[in-house]
Amino acid sequence: MIPPEFDYAAPATVAEALELLAEHGDEAKVLSGGQSLLPVLRMRLNAPGIIVDISRIEELKGVTEVGDAIRIGAGATYQDVLDSALVQEHLALLHTALKEVADEQIRHRGTVCGALAHADPAGDVGAPVLALEGRMVIQGPDGERTVDGADFFVDLFETAVGEGELLTAVEIPKHTGWGARYEKFVRVSHQWAIIGIAAAVRTEGGTIAEARVGLTNMGSTPLRARAVEEALVGQEATEEAVAQACAQVAEGTDPPSDLNGQADYRKHVAGVLTRRAVLAAAGA
Amino acid sequence: MTAVDDRPQAASTHEVGRDRRRKEDQRLITGRTKWTDNHVLPGMLHLAMVRSPLAHARITGIDTTAARQAPGVIAVLTGEDVKDLQGSLPCAWPITEDQKAPPHPAIAVDRVAFSGEVVAVVAARSSAAARDAAELVDVDYEDLPAALDLRASAKDDILAHPDLGTNRSATWVFDSAEAGTGSSVEDAIAAADVVVEREFRQQRLIPAFMEPRSTVVDPTGEQFVMWSATQVPHILRLMLAMTLGVDEGKIRVIAPDVGGGFGGKLQVTPEEIITFLVARHTGKPCKWTETRSESLLSAHHGRDQWQKLTLAAQADGTVTGLKVELLADMGAYLGLVTPGVPILGAFMYNSIYKFPAYHFSCTNVFTNKTWTDAYRGAGRPEATFAIERIMDELALELGRDPMEVREQNWITHEEFPFTTVCGLEYDSGNYEAATERAKELFGYDELRAEQQRRRESGDRVQLGLGISTFTEMCGLAPSRVLGSLNYGAGGWEHASVRMLPTGKVEVITGSSAHGQGHETAWSQIVADQLGVPFEDVEVLHGDTQISHKGLDTYGSRSLVVGGQAVINAAKKVIEKARPLAAYQLEANPDDLEFRDGKFTVKGAGADQEGVGLAGLALAVFAAHDLPEGMEPSLDADATFDPVNFSFPHGTHLCAMEVDTETGATTMRSYVCVDDIGNVVNPLIVEGQVHGGLVQGIAQALWEEAVYDDQGTLVSGSFVDYTLPTTADTINFVTDRTTSPATSNDLGVKGVGEAGCIASTPAVVNAVLDAIRQFGVKDIVMPCTPERVWRAIQDGTAGAMSETAGAAAGHFAEGEPNQDPPGAGAAPAAGTTQEGGQA
Repeated sequence: MIPPEFDYAAPATVAEALELLAEHGDEAKVLSGGQSLLPVLRMRLNAPGIIVDISRIEELKGVTEVGDAIRIGAGATYQDVLDSALVQEHLALLHTALKEVADEQIRHRGTVCGALAHADPAGDVGAPVLALEGRMVIQGPDGERTVDGADFFVDLFETAVGEGELLTAVEIPKHTGWGARYEKFVRVSHQWAIIGIAAAVRTEGGTIAEARVGLTNMGSTPLRARAVEEALVGQEATEEAVAQACAQVAEGTDPPSDLNGQADYRKHVAGVLTRRAVLAAAGA
Repeated sequence: MTAVDDRPQAASTHEVGRDRRRKEDQRLITGRTKWTDNHVLPGMLHLAMVRSPLAHARITGIDTTAARQAPGVIAVLTGEDVKDLQGSLPCAWPITEDQKAPPHPAIAVDRVAFSGEVVAVVAARSSAAARDAAELVDVDYEDLPAALDLRASAKDDILAHPDLGTNRSATWVFDSAEAGTGSSVEDAIAAADVVVEREFRQQRLIPAFMEPRSTVVDPTGEQFVMWSATQVPHILRLMLAMTLGVDEGKIRVIAPDVGGGFGGKLQVTPEEIITFLVARHTGKPCKWTETRSESLLSAHHGRDQWQKLTLAAQADGTVTGLKVELLADMGAYLGLVTPGVPILGAFMYNSIYKFPAYHFSCTNVFTNKTWTDAYRGAGRPEATFAIERIMDELALELGRDPMEVREQNWITHEEFPFTTVCGLEYDSGNYEAATERAKELFGYDELRAEQQRRRESGDRVQLGLGISTFTEMCGLAPSRVLGSLNYGAGGWEHASVRMLPTGKVEVITGSSAHGQGHETAWSQIVADQLGVPFEDVEVLHGDTQISHKGLDTYGSRSLVVGGQAVINAAKKVIEKARPLAAYQLEANPDDLEFRDGKFTVKGAGADQEGVGLAGLALAVFAAHDLPEGMEPSLDADATFDPVNFSFPHGTHLCAMEVDTETGATTMRSYVCVDDIGNVVNPLIVEGQVHGGLVQGIAQALWEEAVYDDQGTLVSGSFVDYTLPTTADTINFVTDRTTSPATSNDLGVKGVGEAGCIASTPAVVNAVLDAIRQFGVKDIVMPCTPERVWRAIQDGTAGAMSETAGAAAGHFAEGEPNQDPPGAGAAPAAGTTQEGGQA
């Protein structure tokens, strides 16, 4: 398939990238790994005037420790993040979820921040980042601002990144020692999640001290199941207790109905998988 | 392997039976080969098709002005421009005298009958320019009601082709009482102790070959040369000549390396006709290569039937009759063999069982969907699925083990050759041997015990065992049989063997491979026949100027029919060489024997040198000293027409785990023991079996072409048409038993479709076996987690639920992020809310 004609620029710095975005306004699209943008272009679902390729900006690359958080630059691929010892040690939930992203080739091309900016609710990145209280770092003509997940994800494919702005990094607070599980429900392995449950749990003894639960593809944005998180606190990590705390996970969600399942089915499976994810994360 | 082969082994079997690595793989795997799309010719134009987005509509106007003026555009043609040139795409298999069919234009002229039909073509200097200009072609449509549901369409509720007056194309009937091959089914049903009646759905599938279709036409020489990603270069050449009124001698068709077909490239396509017409119109070489989306949308689909079976049996489980009533969805048009596909299953529903009475009827129905045609197995998977499903249902009615009921009714090995209720003669087979081996490998009894334990403990994960004891008919086909079925051609195959002066051998086969490994297998066969090294055999195929005659590759026919043609030609070479050998050895030709590549004098001792074939080939090339009257050539042709089909069979056993909380299914183990007769190359056979299994399992669990209520293909990309990969499969346990075929010298039966035919019912039977305890009676394929879960929740009603006609929303219009989701950006996925299940 052949995309429609577009101009192309590969800035070397964030400043240059921002200049290009300012100059071209809504004609510009940002390219990082291209794993979502290129199919869209090739299917001619979008026809931007210019592609601003940020993949060569050195300052956006890498995974670093910033105080009590891990900073993932917009240039870091899924595989860069998977390979990061910092992520393995402090962000087990993100690490385990990224292993489920598409396939090897895509994980070496696609970027974590690209997926966040793309904001497909069926993507595997949004739910763990939301659950782990990641903060999106956005740069624009007026400087840098930081947005938390609840404000970042606005709607289907829509985020708080405004015209002329660039998502440059995500900073995720360390969750050292937390157990984690990402339950991705698919029919074939290379699919988007029909639904996914991201659960991180900190236990003290056999009791759940803290829990974080993010939901993939249960609405037009990634969701965080705060009520479930709260209900889990203080519970024994037993099947019965966890099941009870997770039973209402789908309440208030608005999952899609498509070839892979109707909304009511997705809601049902969410309950089952949340229980399983939390129990696994709790080591039960 | 349980060998039941008592045939004498041929004298030289150095190569046949060896697991030779495929000689074609290096160039295929490394990409150092020429697919059709790799061909670049001087001055070549690129084509882009404009396709209808609507399932059924009148074309009220096409404005091509903007497209014609676009940069690089050389020509834009519509149906109006080519209506007197394009003829009607061929259907070679009118199944009845009174079959109804609409004309089948390559480019729609005044009406489109399915979403994806070509309405115009753009030729430009680059493929990008062609694609850009295609978007500028402005077509006005007047929407017409679309016939979409197969059963409703059979009642003519909405007509797919109003001028035809009906959607029913033809009804084909076989009745064993009328044919004199059995008794009356109605009598059997009336007298039966047990009558089992079931309806099964064969969902619509997409062949999804790896290499997209591509066609290049060069009109600049004395012959039009067409390269095409086709399974059938010979048939294509003939049909181009007949459809377009061009002399056959002025057309050369080349199928270069072709990346898979699965029946999907057994076609004469609109795009081939169009590329030819545009090349002739512009006088320039033209290339068309489809996108994956175009391929899923417009390359022919497969299956899509409703099957109603009525099985009569005695109280003791003996089957007494089988009645099969089919509705088959043709889609919008009849392709090359579309109407015959369900008929290829007509003689297979009785399968391995001794039904004394049989009745088959099939009504072919038009709808406003992509037309259907051959897809791996073509008719036989449908038959196998239905009979293997209903044998389980019979066992259930009787409260007996499904394997035991099969054993009671199958043809025992002592009964071969066996003439079936359809009049086919099964020449060889041993169902007991294959089943015994399969059960042993599977651990049937242990798994049954585990199943019982899980049931009793109420385990969340339940276990089910599925059986498929299948047979199929391969080796299309005896020409007289095809004639009796109104098929438009014969079923012979052609081969030539040429002895080169250097002693090397060229083999020309009319069976054009598209991934099967003919080059390797044919080399093994000829190496043994002529006693030459494997490496010295070069196999040529797929170019009608080199291989002038053939009927190509489909229906597991290549080895059984084409392989025998190769053997016959090789034998002729030996016989042509014999007089020269006798002349050189100063012996009587009848006193010579040929073995391991050389002639020796019988009884003259083991230390004689004899004369080798290579030396004889050189002598013939020089032609200086030949026996009086001998033609200076050892080359030989042969055309082989089989006298019977071959009948591979096997026993497939599948264990499925079902997560009763989510409906997710996981394959626990899969064992297949196939009897495909003798084997030329075990490695190629393994590849065919594994690939076939996955394709059949995919029908059971994953694949479905889904249309929405407007007739738009929803599963139009691999996001929604969930094709499995190796990551979704398990390690299969495969083995073979051997009852050689009697219809060819090699004793081979064909293996190209076996796995695909056998596996589907084994999987579905296993899933059902796991959840019948919850009152589930059936699950429509594919057995998605949602369907399985609903079946468990509320029995059959939920199990029959239709797949939601909406794509997942990953590639909605207006992506990616930062475009406010306006009207066009609404998620394709609906947001319908049902009551809170959680």
